This record gives sequence, C-alpha cells and structure tokens, in this order.
Amino acid sequence: MGENLFSKVWQMHEVQKLPSGESQLFIGLHLIHEVTSPQAFQMLREENLKVAFPERTIATVDHIVPTDSQERPFLDPLAEAMMKELEKNAKEFGVAFYNPASGKQGIVHIIGPELGLTQPGMTIACGDSHTSTHGAFGAVAFGIGTTQVRDVLASQCLAMMKPKVRKLDVSGKLGKGVYAKDVILKIIRQLGVKGGLGYAYEYAGETFENFSMEERMSVCNMSIEGGARAGYVNPDKTTFDYIRGREFAPKGAAFEKAVKWWKSIASDSNAKYDDVFKMNVSSLAPVVTWGINPGQSVSVDENIPDPKEMPESERQSAEQALQHMSLNPGTPIEGTKINVAFIGSCTNSRISDLREAAKIAGGGKVAVGVKALVVPGSQKVKAQAEKEGLDKIFTKAGFEWRSAGCSLCLGMNTDRLKGNEICASSSNRNFIGRQGSPQGRTLLMSPAMVAAAALNGKVVDVRGVM
Amino acid sequence: MKMKSEMPQIAGKAVPVRGDDIDTDRIIPARFMKTVTFEGLGKYAFYDARFDEMGRAKKHPFNDPKHKGAVFLIVNRNFGSGSSREHAPQALKRFGIKAIIGESFAEIFSGNCQLLGMPCVTAGAEDIRILQDFAEKEDPEAILNLNLADKKLNYNDTSIAVEIPEERRKTLVEGSWNTLGLLVSALDKTRKKVAELPYIKNFK
Repeated sequence: MGENLFSKVWQMHEVQKLPSGESQLFIGLHLIHEVTSPQAFQMLREENLKVAFPERTIATVDHIVPTDSQERPFLDPLAEAMMKELEKNAKEFGVAFYNPASGKQGIVHIIGPELGLTQPGMTIACGDSHTSTHGAFGAVAFGIGTTQVRDVLASQCLAMMKPKVRKLDVSGKLGKGVYAKDVILKIIRQLGVKGGLGYAYEYAGETFENFSMEERMSVCNMSIEGGARAGYVNPDKTTFDYIRGREFAPKGAAFEKAVKWWKSIASDSNAKYDDVFKMNVSSLAPVVTWGINPGQSVSVDENIPDPKEMPESERQSAEQALQHMSLNPGTPIEGTKINVAFIGSCTNSRISDLREAAKIAGGGKVAVGVKALVVPGSQKVKAQAEKEGLDKIFTKAGFEWRSAGCSLCLGMNTDRLKGNEICASSSNRNFIGRQGSPQGRTLLMSPAMVAAAALNGKVVDVRGVM
Repeated sequence: MKMKSEMPQIAGKAVPVRGDDIDTDRIIPARFMKTVTFEGLGKYAFYDARFDEMGRAKKHPFNDPKHKGAVFLIVNRNFGSGSSREHAPQALKRFGIKAIIGESFAEIFSGNCQLLGMPCVTAGAEDIRILQDFAEKEDPEAILNLNLADKKLNYNDTSIAVEIPEERRKTLVEGSWNTLGLLVSALDKTRKKVAELPYIKNFK
C-alpha cells in the first residue's frame, strides 16, 4: 500500500513525537497579518524570545486595510494603530513585510502563491482559517490561532495531531457558467459543514486534474467551510507551470531538481485513505446559498428548502437561517433582490475570477440602487487587471474598482453592509453578521453569478445571460 | 519560562447556549478585533446576540442574572466553526468561562481553547440536552464538577461521561498544555530536521 501526500509531507516535517503523543511539526512557510499576530509578538517580548527562523515568516496587511484610499494615516485610527503595530513588529523581529508601498501587498492567501512562496511539499501555517488555500499546490496548509502563531515565531514548529485523510474523487466536466466555486459549495452541501471534522481533504479526480491553479485554490480555500482544516491537490504539470518564473521559485537547474522532489511527494497511485467520497459534477448548476452557513445552499434553479422536510438534526438551524435571511421556504432562490454585490476575497479575487466577472459585466449597467464593488486580491492582480482593461469594463458598468484587501468579506475596514442589506458575494462565509452588519445577509456564489446579480438587481442564472 | 500550571478540577455554575454551528464570527464579531491585545474582549462575547444596535441588552443566557458567574458553557454541535480567530476563546475565557461542554467542536477553535488551558469536552446529544435544560430551568445555581482524570462531569447526583482527545486530557491534567517551552527547547533538533528539507535552500 502506498502513501498519500499528506502523510509523506507530515512525516518529513515531524521533528519529534512529543510526550503527549502529538507531532512536533516544522512549518516551512509562516504567513502573518495584522489581526492575529500582534498579541503573538507581545507574548514573545514577555518571554524574552526571538523569532527563530525570521526568513521563514512573511507579513502583509489585508484585513483592516482600506480599499478606497490607502493614504496614511488611515482614516480609521484603530486600523492605523494595527498597521503601525505590524510595521513595528516586522522591523523589531526582522520579518519581511509586504506593505502597500512594496507593490506585493494583498490578501495573504493571494500573495503567497503569486510570489512563488507557496510550493508543493511545504508545511504552511497562518493565523487565518483560509490558509487551506495553499493546499492547491500540494502543500500541507492550515489555519492556526494566535498562541500557535507565537509557537511558530519562537520555534518554527507546532504541536499537532495528524488528521485523517479523505479523498474526494470528483469526475465530470463543468458546464458553461459553472465554476470551481460551485463545485466546493456543492461538496460542502453534500458532506455538511461538519463533515470534514478530523480530516484533511485530498481533492482528486479528472475535474481537479483539469482545473487551473486558480480554480484549485478556490476549492482548497473553502475546505475549512466544510469542517476540514486542510485540503490539497496533488502537484502536477499545471502546478509546476504556475510556479515557474515566480519571484521566490527555484530557478534553472534548481527548478528541475524541485520538480523531481515535488513529483515524489504526490500521493502514490495505490495510496491509502481513511475515507473516499465520489461525486460527478457534469450536471452541476450554479450554486447559491440561502442560509447562514456555507452548507445551506441550492442550485440557482432550485427552490429554497422547507425546514419541515429536513431531517430533524438540520431543522432548527434552517429555521433560524430563514428567519435571519427573511427568505421563504418553497420559493425560488432566483429572483431574490440584492442591495450589494461584492467581487473579492481570498476565495475569488484572482485574475481569472475578475476576467469571468468582466465578461458578464461588459456592456451592462449595475442595477439602480445596487452598490457593486470589485476588490482585487492583490496589488499584482490589480495591476494585471488594469493592463487588460478590466477596471474600465467594471467602472463603465457602474462597479467601484478598489485596491487590494479582504474588504467586505468580513467588514473589518470601512466596507460593511448596512442594516439588513442583502449581498451577492463571491466570498466564503454567509455567517450572521459576517459582512459587518449584525442584520446583514449574504448570498454566496461565483464571481460571474455576482456580476450577473449586480446588473439585474437580483439573483439570476448566469447561464442565461452569457 | 513558565511551562506548567496544574489544572485543578473545574467546578462552578453552567450557562447553556443552544444551537448548532455557532461560528466564531458570532462568538465575537470581527469589528471588535481591531485591537492589538486580547484584554477587555470578555464584554464582546456573543455581542450581536446579546445587544441590539442601540446597545440595549437582549434576551440571551450570557445576559441572564441567573447564570452570572458561570464557568461551564454548554453548547451543541460544531461549536466554534469558521474563522481561526483566537479572539473567540479569549473573549469567552475573559467572560469567565473555564471549560466548554458540547456535542462537537470545530478543530481550530478547540485547539485554541486547549492552548489557553480551557478544555473542550464532548458528551452525547441527549446528555447535553438534559444538561442544558437542567442549567436553564431546573437549577441554574447548581455547581457542576468536571474531572479530567476520570473524564466525568458530576452534578446533582448525576454523573456523565465526557470525551476529550487523550493527548489533550493528559497535558491538561499534567499542567503542560502550554507548548511553547517544549517546542523552543527542541530548536537544535528542529535545525537538524530542517537541513533534510530540499526547499529550505531553494533546491540549490
């Protein structure tokens, strides 16, 4: 019996077994941002400790950064204070900080891959649950808390138990207007938001093999929404082609050596898994959430489900969801009116996402009364989009064109829903209050579906407007 | 470096917060995380469920005087899902919670709690339902007792079995849940291990 990638990489990074039975796991790449790191640096100061491997930690600013005017000082004094703290910590502890002046700033899970920092076979940690994104490269990547950020800074290691591994074997080619986002929303609907507890997900099969790196990232990104702390795709030619030539990628002969090693850490064809789940996505339709967790979704051509017809274990949560969302069971999700449209977040703010959304937005006009914004994931994505003229397509259609950051995904900067506004969003979480207003409502969908909703002022099937 | 502080048996009142999939955005909304410390976060625990837009208290177990001083939080399935924010367990801890008893927990959340010495233990759905009813209706003043040595929660002549991963139970009982010292003391081993990884020198 062969081994899967997760087990191989875990074993290679296990420094020792701790008395508790946990692994002491070496972390190859540590990414930090302004929200979950300041307390960790303070803990180091209190313990009189240094950063053990400063060259293996990279900082950027994404959560609180304004995406309209980034002039310093930021208008929000709390955001300015957090920015200053990160600047101070990076300098004092000798950590590289990609701030807006560097031209490399962006959402931490966008910049890692685009700079070539994220590579197959690495262990990657960050104080952010969407660190699972980096698994798209065949890395073992997961989110951690701030006390663990402290541990990684001080020792470059974590104390952890190895999770089980479930292979998600997905076949079928996606129809027009159906995207990676729809695949992961469908997986979460099928397996549930707690279905992945205790597991890392290996996304395998022809669907993922045929996906681009950006599509793989969108899927791995939302592993955590299905309860799996990590998710990964085995590295292949698509992976290597993406990495080649990027700033921190190995060059020349070193790259060839790297490819050989990267191939060696992929799951063996006869690898063992703790569980296998199969799915076919040939007939998958665009997916839209109707509830308050990412598992509460339907196809755009389906009706909102009736809690009365659900298993008892899901009923209470569904009733609460419909009450919060002010949606009626048994009615179509299509046609639901929206107030705000958001294209962005670490799930869907890469260049391919913006291209797909621009195809829909091009020539149209954002519906009267709808506020629509496009927030590129990084400064590099923004520059590339502007080179392609996508910014003009969006602004001409009435979308706001912003700078890089997390923005309306979690409402920590000035971009927030107001009152009970309802937002068509390409982000990853529809939790109560997630987008900055306690009564705010979120409908998760693909960026193309968001663009279509923006133009129509309501949820529409993007397949009908392509 | 302080590495060990014994975990005593935890005893005190309980407060039930019902519902599945209560995510960390609900435990502490992101707008309260614009701070560089964890101090003072206790007052923001479950903020939007506890207070309206005007800051007026709503009906919520954390606002109910009968649960004042509770140290056990009794929850249902997949508690703490979503964001990895340690601000969530920090807010609960600073509110006064010392242990959480639930049907199941999200992994990052329960790991964060563990590192704060705040155990997350699980029990069966029926035991949890009875316990929530007991704490809410029968006797909110009752003192519960959690014993990690024998994995029992005792209250009112009742004793229920609770589960916690063995490695966590062990370190809590021994008082060695703070991993920092252990990891830092192995830096030499770590450097040796690192030398075996080809990417460390960028495959040169």
